[in-house]
Amino acid sequence: MESFEGLRDRAAVIGVGHTAYGSFPETDEYGLAAQAFKNALADGGIDKKEIDGLLVCRIPSYARMGQVLGIDPRWTLTLPPHGRMSGIGLIEGALAVATGQARMIALLYSNIGRSRRMNYGGEDASVWDPWGFTSPGASHAMMFRRHMQLYGTTTRQLAEVPVAFRRHAALNPDAVMKKPITIEDHEAARPIVLPLRLFDYCLINDGAVCIILTVPERARDGRKPPVLVSGFGGSDSLRHSSISNFDFDFWHDAVAACGSRAYAMAGVSRTDIDALMCYDNFSPTVLFSLEGLGFCPRGEGGNFVQNGTLSLGGALPTNTDGGHLSNSYMQGWALNVEAVRQLRGECGERQVRDCEVVQYVQATPCSRSIIYSRH
Amino acid sequence: MTVSSERPLPAADPLMQGFWDHARSGRLSVQECIACGSLHFPASPVCPECLSDRQRWTAVSGIGRVESWVEFHHAYWPGLASELPYRVCLVKLREGPLLISNPAGAVEIGDEVEAVFEPITAAISLPKFRRAGRR
Repeated sequence: MESFEGLRDRAAVIGVGHTAYGSFPETDEYGLAAQAFKNALADGGIDKKEIDGLLVCRIPSYARMGQVLGIDPRWTLTLPPHGRMSGIGLIEGALAVATGQARMIALLYSNIGRSRRMNYGGEDASVWDPWGFTSPGASHAMMFRRHMQLYGTTTRQLAEVPVAFRRHAALNPDAVMKKPITIEDHEAARPIVLPLRLFDYCLINDGAVCIILTVPERARDGRKPPVLVSGFGGSDSLRHSSISNFDFDFWHDAVAACGSRAYAMAGVSRTDIDALMCYDNFSPTVLFSLEGLGFCPRGEGGNFVQNGTLSLGGALPTNTDGGHLSNSYMQGWALNVEAVRQLRGECGERQVRDCEVVQYVQATPCSRSIIYSRH
Repeated sequence: MTVSSERPLPAADPLMQGFWDHARSGRLSVQECIACGSLHFPASPVCPECLSDRQRWTAVSGIGRVESWVEFHHAYWPGLASELPYRVCLVKLREGPLLISNPAGAVEIGDEVEAVFEPITAAISLPKFRRAGRR
């Protein structure tokens, strides 16, 4: 395999910030992003004048964003409003820092979808519309039914995922959904696209996230302990993407490939991972990610998550902020903030003890994984 | 965001016209590359295998295997609200391509199915799939 060890620890997170999460019809993407930006500057103890790179995601105009923030960067990038772009954006940002194209990059994500009544399904014309098939959730339902048939996975096993993440959200003051749920609640919830029910679906809420990347030397002078971007890897599955958000093989090999690349670059292995931040747009994705990364054999995701494996105190604490299912629908960005906070040791009641290495993974048509570590 | 209040119909797409022409005559078709023979669906302006421009629509057996199915309880189109809950299945055609469709009657994963055609407008007949060998 190609070696990217030379890129290990060449970028670091110096500041993170976000808005409150909820419904904010009085503002817009720029207003939300500006608040997250201010919070990240304060978190890192950074002067705005230092910002020389800007990446925007789900924000319509990079130019308007730069105008609002009053910055003239030397590196600017816009990413489309897809959750999978969080992993891509963080990797591109880390590479820009590592190669000296910019020294202090603000990555901004903003979502006003709740206030704008964004409907994630039916909005983009698809060849499959005439059969009434739409929405990313339906694709995950289609995959999960296959997983049930192939491996005997049950919806009660699947319930372990949202139940664990809700438990974490209860320990997170910022989380949108904190009321505990049980496996029985999951099984009795409103069906959306069966076999998936309400608690298998991510939240839709407004909010914004800012992550500021810099070189490790500068991060060591920050207000908070630096968190290093130690490894990353990617693997895309686009040939069969006409059925959006669907993969016939649960992105297994793509997740395995991006995970292996990230581990090799970071010089760590699966057993070093103290906490996992797993893109959970729908609860089945978590099983697919665990199998792809090899935390359990193919098809064993349902068994693996039983009995609290993903909970704080379990073998693999996952989405300790509550994830997309219970914390906030920040499309991967908030999970990366949580990775940083866990490594800084500032998670309070939900802190993973002796947390030194955290992995982010997204099992999507653009699978990505990032390994963060504490120096 | 534009959500039609009607039943969703195929978007006007010259690349897909051949598919709907065949369907109106009761034939299931996929795109075939004249240069390399590969079969694919949905339509592509060039062959996704060899990148040739020479593409045509070719009728296939209409036989496939159910690989999964789901049941919608949420109306993403108001025009489908009265049909809830409705089912959507994933079919792997004998010739290879994967299709999204609706089951005509009960189907389970692993069932061999065959295409049947349901006219929904004068121009559009929708291929659906029922268990093969049924009367």
